Amino acid sequence: MVKLFAAMLRYGLVILVLGILWKLTALSLGGVVLPHPEDALAALAEAMTTRIFWEHFGVSLYRSVTAMALAWVTAFPLGLVMGSVRRVDKIMAPFVFLTYPVPKIVLLPIFLLLLGLGDTSKIAMIALILGYQILVTTRDGVRSIHPKYFDSVRSLGGSNMDVLREVLLPAALPHGFTALRLGTGVSVAVLFFVESFATTRGLGYMIMDAWGAMDYLTMFSGILGMSIMGAALYEVANVLERKVCRWMFLRAKD
Amino acid sequence: MLTAENLGKSYDGRSVISDVSFTLAEGETLAVVGPSGCGKTTLLYLLSGLSAPDEGRALLDGRPITGPAADISIILQDYGLLPWRTIIDNVALGLKIQGMGRKERMERARAQLAEVGIVGRDGDYPANLSGGEQQRVAIARAFVTRPRLTLLDEPFSSLDALTRERLQLALLDAWQVRRVPYVLVTHSLEEAVMLGQRIMVMSARPARPVAVFENPGFGDARIRDTEACFALLRELRHTVEAQW
Repeated sequence: MVKLFAAMLRYGLVILVLGILWKLTALSLGGVVLPHPEDALAALAEAMTTRIFWEHFGVSLYRSVTAMALAWVTAFPLGLVMGSVRRVDKIMAPFVFLTYPVPKIVLLPIFLLLLGLGDTSKIAMIALILGYQILVTTRDGVRSIHPKYFDSVRSLGGSNMDVLREVLLPAALPHGFTALRLGTGVSVAVLFFVESFATTRGLGYMIMDAWGAMDYLTMFSGILGMSIMGAALYEVANVLERKVCRWMFLRAKD
Repeated sequence: MLTAENLGKSYDGRSVISDVSFTLAEGETLAVVGPSGCGKTTLLYLLSGLSAPDEGRALLDGRPITGPAADISIILQDYGLLPWRTIIDNVALGLKIQGMGRKERMERARAQLAEVGIVGRDGDYPANLSGGEQQRVAIARAFVTRPRLTLLDEPFSSLDALTRERLQLALLDAWQVRRVPYVLVTHSLEEAVMLGQRIMVMSARPARPVAVFENPGFGDARIRDTEACFALLRELRHTVEAQW
């Protein structure tokens, strides 16, 4: 409870500082292009009473959560296998590392052509970008596991399955979760981009549509909504990581 | 019960240990000392089955050791505890691998932890414990499966002097309860005298036995203060120094 209160206090302070900076910038710009924070917050509060805002929010949330889940269930096991089975890594690593630096976002038109204009192409795009991060981080994390842990389990007569259950999986989870947590920012950024095209739903669409109509207060409602969603996703990933990898957050006694 | 016959091992074409032969009878203990990096740990890995010899063989009760087995336990350097498992789960791991039911293995692990003086810390993780406590847990983990043979690789090297002495006595106590034979690798001559019934001195790389000393004072908790201990230490020091 105390921790929750401390976290809320930290968030509150950050919001206050950002609010002051925002207010000062708005004052210096005359409040036309950049609305005053209290006006934007009032607009958000009003938008939150409408059904359409929650529809956009729900669609965006569905797309990003589904993409994150999809990225995790495909990339984490693959990273685990690549990190632990040298033969698989030898075959897969060149594919992964040659394609890793390619900006996957440029493939969006192809995704739209192949998977259609609906949610599938958008989810696949986000999952692909996030998946690479989870895959590479997990694979490198598994390769960095100290051999003494494998010896520890093998010396007790442990089989390959025991090594997977007792060493590989628990040691790899923190790497996978860190990638997921850090990837929330990327996934929301990609979400905004993919929702800018060929859709009439989602916070990204809401922002771009309002921008086109020069309705800056609605645009800021969308921006704030997306920021809230990004922060919430980050916190959920953070809490999950702390729950599943409790041992990572302990302090050594001596 | 344990026989090493002309054991040899090379890494990348360089011989690490060569022609190591000895026997260890039921209830006996052997301390292995030698210059740093001479291959003492490699010897333990061969005896545990974690590594296969290039030459010779190791036998437990007449059967060749071909891989890790439940009847040989090893305490690795830096304890080898899994940081993501709780203390009780670490201790019970060997029993879990053997297929023992959860309730039974937890009871046995708890009793074993109590034997080494760790009580009420089941849910803690290794990082919650001091180095000395972690070493006690590692000892409990090695003994809980009731092994026929225990191998210890520099078990107390990272501990402060006082904790080290306490744990040496704890190990001696544990040995006196069940008389499980052990092979201890250490760079500390004093530790070898404290914990080895016999002390085998190895040469520099490739490590091979150069001398074996009997330790008649073994088992006496106050052996450090005896004249015999000083005399044995002197002899050991001369023999080891000659290998540098």
